[in-house]
Amino acid sequence: MSLHDLLPQADDDRAFSEPWQAQAFALTLALHQKGVFSWSEWAKSLSEELKKRGVAEDGSDYYECWLSALEKLLVAKSVAAPGDVDALAAAWQRAAHATPHGKPILLENDPQHLDWNRAP
Amino acid sequence: MPHAHDHDHDHDNDLDHMAARVRALEIILTQKGLVEPAAIDAIVDTYETKVGPRNGAKVVARAWCDPDYSNWLKQDATAAIASLGFTGRQGEHMQAVFNTEDTHNLVVCTLCSCYPWSVLGLPPVWYKAPAYRSRAVIDPRGVLEEFDVDLPAQTKIRVWDSTAELRYLVVPLRPKGTEGLSEEELAALVTRDSMIGTGLALEPYQP
Repeated sequence: MSLHDLLPQADDDRAFSEPWQAQAFALTLALHQKGVFSWSEWAKSLSEELKKRGVAEDGSDYYECWLSALEKLLVAKSVAAPGDVDALAAAWQRAAHATPHGKPILLENDPQHLDWNRAP
Repeated sequence: MPHAHDHDHDHDNDLDHMAARVRALEIILTQKGLVEPAAIDAIVDTYETKVGPRNGAKVVARAWCDPDYSNWLKQDATAAIASLGFTGRQGEHMQAVFNTEDTHNLVVCTLCSCYPWSVLGLPPVWYKAPAYRSRAVIDPRGVLEEFDVDLPAQTKIRVWDSTAELRYLVVPLRPKGTEGLSEEELAALVTRDSMIGTGLALEPYQP
């Protein structure tokens, strides 16, 4: 992959290619403003993800790395327990699958629904 | 994720794996009182619509027109940029690097993608790509050629590696023949790439 192959996208000024990327970005800024981590801690966490083997040369998995860096930093800061995100994300996916097309996706639609609001 | 079906029942929704993870994370953080969904939406809106390279272009055009401002920008870019209303939220310091006839400046972040958001918005795809991050340092002239920037052989290229604490804004050379232009007209010549160093300011009347 040469740099040249990426340049046709240079005119594409959209900051994010999918809404979840914008959400992940904004969560990070909000948590930093809240003082959950310093910006240097964040940059370190992100750069560790970005230098892993197998990261796409064209940067197309940049926000996957971003989210993974955020989750790891939150575990390191004891904000989220390992597995918290896995479990809730899986519940959302089950809920989505169980929701008829065109209806809003509600967590209650998860066939294995747990009441997350009452989770400790 | 959309997919083609040839059957006719009401099919189920599929929630993309990454979308589900972000949604899960947002719920966990909201429940802990660390984020508010409305604040998250406001941040997204800001970065999608309100900050962008037009901010940086105003800084550059002011520096071209006003020698006092230009000196201030050289000495304390953070304050000079903030005076125009553009401040970073990550506590980063800004440094303005001025192109001259002898030296061309090029900005990269080799570690991740540190970028002067308050003046340029979010970085383009290529800025975040390993292909740019690694090559800008090793072969800056080759990288510039790929961006169709042809510098005289004697022009030195200086590469600035951004960090979480320090971000760089390139002040491109003011194009010749622009003496009569207003600050606003000048700002229109300042492209995003010219403030990263992968481009030059546009010539006047160039489409």
